Amino acid sequence: MADKTTLQYTAEHEWVLVEGVVATVGITAYAAEKLGDVVFVELPDVGSGIAEGKVIGEIESTKSVGELFAPVDGTVVAANEAVVSSPELVNSDPFGEGWLIKVEFETLPTLLSYDEYSRLVGE
Amino acid sequence: MQIEQKAAAPSGSGHLSGSGDFASRHIGTDGVAQLEMLSVVGYDTVEELVLAAVPEAIHVEPLEHSSIPRAATEREALAELRILARRNRVNRSMIGLGYYDTITPAVIKRNVLENPSWYTAYTPYQPEISQGRLEALINFQTMIEDLTGLDIANASMLDEGTAVVEGMLLARRASKSASNVFLVDADALPQTKALLANRAAAVGIQLHETPFDLDPADVPELDVFGAFIQYPGASGRVWDPSPVIAAVKAQGGLSVVAADLLALTLLKSPGELGADVAVGTSQRFGVPMGLGGPHAGYMAVKKGLERQLPGRLVGVSQDATGHPAYRLSLQAREQHIRREKATSNICTAQVLLAVMASMYAVYHGPSGLKLIAQKVHAETALIARELREAGVDVRSDSFFDTLEVGVVSADATLAAARERRINLRKVDDTTVALSVDELWTDLSGATEDLLAVFGVTARGGWDGLSPRTVREFESELVRTSDYLTHPVFNTHRSETAMMRYLKYLADKDYALDRGMIPLGSCTMKLNAATEMESVTWPEFGGIHPFAPEEDIEGYLQLIEDLQGWLAEVTGYDEVSLQPNAGSQGELAGLLAIRGYHHSRGDFNRTTCLIPASAHGTNAASAVLAGMKVVVVATNELGNVDLDDLRAKIAEHADDLAALMITYPSTHGVYEHEVRDITDAVHTAGGQVYVDGANLNALLGYARFGDFGGDVSHLNLHKTFCIPHGGGGPGVGPVAAKAHLAPFLPGHPMAQRDTIGHRGDAEQPWHRNIVSAAPYGSPSILPISWAYVRMMGAEGLKAATGAAVLAANYVAARLRDHFPVLYAGDNGLVAHECILDLRPLTEATGVTVDDVAKRLIDYGFHAPTMSFPVAGTLMVEPTESEDLVEIDRFIAAMIAIKAEADAVAAGRWPADDNPLVNAPHTAQAVIVGDTGTGEWEHAYSREEAVYPVKSLIRGKYWPPVRRIDQAYGDRNLVCACPPIEAFAD
Repeated sequence: MADKTTLQYTAEHEWVLVEGVVATVGITAYAAEKLGDVVFVELPDVGSGIAEGKVIGEIESTKSVGELFAPVDGTVVAANEAVVSSPELVNSDPFGEGWLIKVEFETLPTLLSYDEYSRLVGE
Repeated sequence: MQIEQKAAAPSGSGHLSGSGDFASRHIGTDGVAQLEMLSVVGYDTVEELVLAAVPEAIHVEPLEHSSIPRAATEREALAELRILARRNRVNRSMIGLGYYDTITPAVIKRNVLENPSWYTAYTPYQPEISQGRLEALINFQTMIEDLTGLDIANASMLDEGTAVVEGMLLARRASKSASNVFLVDADALPQTKALLANRAAAVGIQLHETPFDLDPADVPELDVFGAFIQYPGASGRVWDPSPVIAAVKAQGGLSVVAADLLALTLLKSPGELGADVAVGTSQRFGVPMGLGGPHAGYMAVKKGLERQLPGRLVGVSQDATGHPAYRLSLQAREQHIRREKATSNICTAQVLLAVMASMYAVYHGPSGLKLIAQKVHAETALIARELREAGVDVRSDSFFDTLEVGVVSADATLAAARERRINLRKVDDTTVALSVDELWTDLSGATEDLLAVFGVTARGGWDGLSPRTVREFESELVRTSDYLTHPVFNTHRSETAMMRYLKYLADKDYALDRGMIPLGSCTMKLNAATEMESVTWPEFGGIHPFAPEEDIEGYLQLIEDLQGWLAEVTGYDEVSLQPNAGSQGELAGLLAIRGYHHSRGDFNRTTCLIPASAHGTNAASAVLAGMKVVVVATNELGNVDLDDLRAKIAEHADDLAALMITYPSTHGVYEHEVRDITDAVHTAGGQVYVDGANLNALLGYARFGDFGGDVSHLNLHKTFCIPHGGGGPGVGPVAAKAHLAPFLPGHPMAQRDTIGHRGDAEQPWHRNIVSAAPYGSPSILPISWAYVRMMGAEGLKAATGAAVLAANYVAARLRDHFPVLYAGDNGLVAHECILDLRPLTEATGVTVDDVAKRLIDYGFHAPTMSFPVAGTLMVEPTESEDLVEIDRFIAAMIAIKAEADAVAAGRWPADDNPLVNAPHTAQAVIVGDTGTGEWEHAYSREEAVYPVKSLIRGKYWPPVRRIDQAYGDRNLVCACPPIEAFAD
């Protein structure tokens, strides 16, 4: 599980782990809790290009639907198949095994720090 | 007595007392009870209370002349319905086109259709107390999956025509093709074509109609996202559509096949032919024609398309102890969650009729169904042979149950048939069509009469024709695959077994025949026996939707009466009864607004403003009417934020089409500023759609049309007593001011245009058709007719008063235990109140779910959960509950609050208390969780199942523990599980 304090965040409750030119993206524990029991995850195809702010996937729970927004411009280099077959990983380990996609990017937009995100969700 | 008159007859009429009066039986609280309730709420009379709650600016002006007659007694109303029924003429129908006479097994009629345990239930949102009808629905789904050869079927559609439309929309969503064109079979049912044309135009899909009687080599290379095929065709033609399906698939499109379920017992299934989607109706499985409805449509899809399905889907999950249990699956597809991004706007479907059709299959079994189909097919073949041998021009050479016959004059042949009380169908001036059905094969002398119409005397009889061997279609299309092999379709052969199976299922469920269902926004009021009485009369049931006008005089009178009465009580000019559910009424209303703007050249008016608090269906319907949804904020009081509304109107000054508001609001409040809201929209050139879901709180006191509404839908299955049937049928009339009347639903085959004020005669012939049948679901309209007839205008008003009093009484009694979230003028609610459980959850960890499931242990159906505000319960007692039952509910809520407080105080652990473990089955308290009989909880067995003493004498036992929602969605199973799954 990643160290939450060193991750970057978006206002759409996604976390971003930057390693070189690859960003790993998941949703925060706060978002997972708000969604409830996740039952279905739809992720973009590996190799597809994504544009910051656009909807690229869906996370569905028994009672609600969350959209996955691209946090950066780039190309999807990996999608977490484990989450597709076991959506409950998003609830049980959102910052670890519940990661969603890895994106190769050129420039990183300004994202929220841990402190900024914590203030956003009032924690 | 004086007291009773004062309270129960708010407008001063004294004749409401006395046992001959229906209103006093429909309304649960008598004058004495109402006085007691009024003293709690703080008013002297019901009239005073309602006039204080409803803003003065919208109070109704007294009518000089009312079209609603003085209230009839129950006997009088039935006598009048008898007269109307006698004005209908039941002929032997051979009209076909998707509607066939059928024999409803009496055991199903008596134990399902006429049984309040089935017809008074609500949509199974509380699955723990709905296992009976959920099992019946999974039987329905299994039946559809088996017969269509597809993987996943939903739990019914509104009718075949709209199911085809939904199939088209599904294909558009799921196809990767960039094309905007949908291919339509030229041999499709005419009503289906009209529906496709109207609905496709609204969302910008292009239709391309083509005859499919082609050689496979000639299948056009068209760029389409999908194709629709009628199987067998409207002409009766049976053909092999697999080359067309393959060609569509090759270029990325999906195929939607409308298939006749009875034919599928003999014909290769759509799934085997390669179809992606199958749709149709289950009407001929034991559901009377009823001038067009209600019947259960169906839809089935290939695996992989299940998340694209519209409507409700029953799946198997497990309860807290791992036992299999049924529930509604994949609800996140639906409009109440996904709003404008939902797969469809459908909410109410046709559950009661789906249950009947599934039980018809349980009753007959696969071999019985096949025999019915064989008899129908053989009788058709016999008619063809006899006619041919006599030299008549039979044009059909490959058929199941329908023939086209060439004649000198179709009109003369139809007239000759009518002399023998047979209704044929005119195809063109020199062609007639005839369809054989289950009833026909059981009528002695029918075929001889038919042959005589053509001047033919039967000669060969059955010589050389055996129902089991006749085949008048190519051998490649013969069905060889099994269907309905599950034991449920092969066990209940005797009537005793059938009766007991229906009772076994009904006993699992909680319906109005057990107790109160205080579902906010759903209006679970009485469905009186007298109102239900005529639904099963043959003069209403045995009428084909396209029967000649002279056969349906009684029906047309009833329809026009009801339209007039509904127009009067809502303040509109015209009403169409065609929409089969509230969602369809919304769509019809929005399409009328669209048509109006277009007629004025305002093609850019496409923005629909919808308050954040609106029901999700509003947004889903707007999208289907080709509009863009813009959300208007609600303020801290739960009302439309006027500043935000004005800002949004200014922003969309050029493209504002409509505002949709619900009145009273979805928060159960009479918004004070409603006139300011409607004025602002009109000034900007927009139209006002008032959602009539909450009309029960307004009748007799205010009218939509008077405070600025241009168009509304009503829910006859709420305010006007049509039972919910466990999730349908519904009727969602659309009512409008005269300027929108030309755009209300019409139908190409309507016997009579019952809507006046049409104005422009140049309207397109399909005129915003939204249902397959011209008048929607006429066979249940006598319910609402009888309600209005027996209540009279005074009684309707008294019902409103009693409903508003009941809600305010509940709010007043529970306010000290749970905050009541919103209120309007003078701190009053309308007909429902929202209890805020969030502070309780914060303080104790006890959730809305826990309270809802605990109410089951107390013998109640939960109120509406988390709508319109998450973490709350919305309570609507309706006027029909008596004070004893209302007080029992209040006592249960107070007791549950005390239980939650005990958790907070540490008396019970947060993870082991009667709330988190609710509901408790008999097995749970006797056998225990570990199966040893040991009781290992922090609370006693008695506290678990008998929290109040009165339950000892009359207890509803839920059949399963709390159901794991996530398990069922993660492991989707939507067919009957094997019997072994239930072995312990």
